[in-house]
Amino acid sequence: MGLKGEAQIVGVAQHRSERRFTGRPKLTLEQWADLAAEALHDAGIDSREVDGLVCANDVTEASHFVPATVAEYMGWSVNLAERVDLGGASPAGMVWRAAAAIELGLCEVVVMATVASPIPPSPTPRPFDDRILFGASSNAWGSPQAEYEIPYGNIAQNCGFAMYAQRYHELYGWDERARAKIAADQRVSACANPDAVFFGKPITVDDVLASKMIAEPLRMLEIVMPCEGGGAALVMCSAERARRTRHRPVALTGFGERLTHKTPTYAPDLPHTPVAAAAASAFSMAGLGPADMDMVQVYDCYTITALLSIEDSGFCGKGEGQAFVREHDLSYKGDFPCNTHGGQLGFGQAALAGGMSHIVEAVRQIQGRAGERQLARHDTAYVTGTGGVMSEQAALVLQGA
Amino acid sequence: MTADATTTGPAAAEQPPKPRPVPTPTSEPFWDGLAVEEVRLQHCLDCGGWVFYPRSRCSHCLGDRLEWRAVSGAGLIFTFSVATQPTFSAFADEVPQIIAVVELPEGVHLTTTIVEADPADVRVGASVVPVFDHGDDGLTLLRYRLA
Repeated sequence: MGLKGEAQIVGVAQHRSERRFTGRPKLTLEQWADLAAEALHDAGIDSREVDGLVCANDVTEASHFVPATVAEYMGWSVNLAERVDLGGASPAGMVWRAAAAIELGLCEVVVMATVASPIPPSPTPRPFDDRILFGASSNAWGSPQAEYEIPYGNIAQNCGFAMYAQRYHELYGWDERARAKIAADQRVSACANPDAVFFGKPITVDDVLASKMIAEPLRMLEIVMPCEGGGAALVMCSAERARRTRHRPVALTGFGERLTHKTPTYAPDLPHTPVAAAAASAFSMAGLGPADMDMVQVYDCYTITALLSIEDSGFCGKGEGQAFVREHDLSYKGDFPCNTHGGQLGFGQAALAGGMSHIVEAVRQIQGRAGERQLARHDTAYVTGTGGVMSEQAALVLQGA
Repeated sequence: MTADATTTGPAAAEQPPKPRPVPTPTSEPFWDGLAVEEVRLQHCLDCGGWVFYPRSRCSHCLGDRLEWRAVSGAGLIFTFSVATQPTFSAFADEVPQIIAVVELPEGVHLTTTIVEADPADVRVGASVVPVFDHGDDGLTLLRYRLA
């Protein structure tokens, strides 16, 4: 089973994260087109060569036939028209689907994008979507969330991730400073990234611990700031086509995907997460292990997400994550570079594009284009995506070609 | 996403009504049981598994021979969070709200809130017993208190 590394990321686009968007609002299709054009330009590939696209759940001008709507708008005829619905794991899930299509010989050039900027005010009222109130879940009659979760206040993500943290600490010990250190170390990297929402705003462990309690035991500075504007895109192509592109191609050599529940109440083995299975698949496919990674870019909507992901991916043993974080410097300057763009905790979470930012950073690092935060060793990267509350999980191993 | 989402949308100005469960034909026996202060779970006659939340088929084997059985409803706190900020504006009056996952002896997990408790006294592994919270709408929520 697996990939041969013949599907390679050759172009990226990454817009700035902002607390409130300062640019011109555009339709999501228009944002998709901007990002696709930038990523194709970055690769040096003509739009007419595109023969595959993968989108996510963020194209709001259509609710059905979304890939067709995107393809038609871009002027593409495609052999792969896919829409991925894995929450924050969507971008990582998009990448392996694109790679599989390329390695099967179905496609030569695939574009993926996630958009994150406001749209112009609609002249006709849009129906109010109450999913935002309930944390992107469903409040429709018959949905288990509507019937068994929402009436008890188990809404959105804070509470669910706090439940992971609570049980994790009860089983493996309480070290709130270790969790806080993840946010502080990543902020060092954000301060080396002018596109990060927290650029120029360092924080200490004590700052994190002094921030407001939101959902015990999680505090404000352990939770991503929702942002706008940070849209991102990738271009992936065959190894043969990649030889005629502008930067070092980045091959996907391993991936894994695992989903075990929607709501953490029904997670089979909390705080063990599906990351473990996704990581095992990714590493085994790549023929590499955690020790072979020059960097890790793990999804970090919360500090606990990064902690559980580092641990369950095998960078340390289960229950050893807090000691591991204490003993290593997670910044781009450190001995365990983790989320070198600042992570979403430092870069900002621009909707689904937040998950894409980890992949873009891995590609830029491998290509040697990470500016001030460029790592000295930058041939291999491990990336994860987390959807829902540690439910959807995808893991990628990327290697410079 | 974060608690931030709770401050957006048309409901932000006033405290909206609390969202209530709306039973389905499949789940009615569960809610009917709570109304008479009985916790009922589905038991699979094919594999012997216990099923929660109510389903049309067994979540262990997809068998369709599910039988409702009354259980004690007492259990242990598997995990919890204390929402010091409301997870949704409708719950602002319940803050700090102790939202918990309770594990029943049958092995199933359910979402609930721990009531009549000081958050500082709530622990993973603590024994809890049902509190039947009868609403004016005829629906009863299954809450818990420390045993």
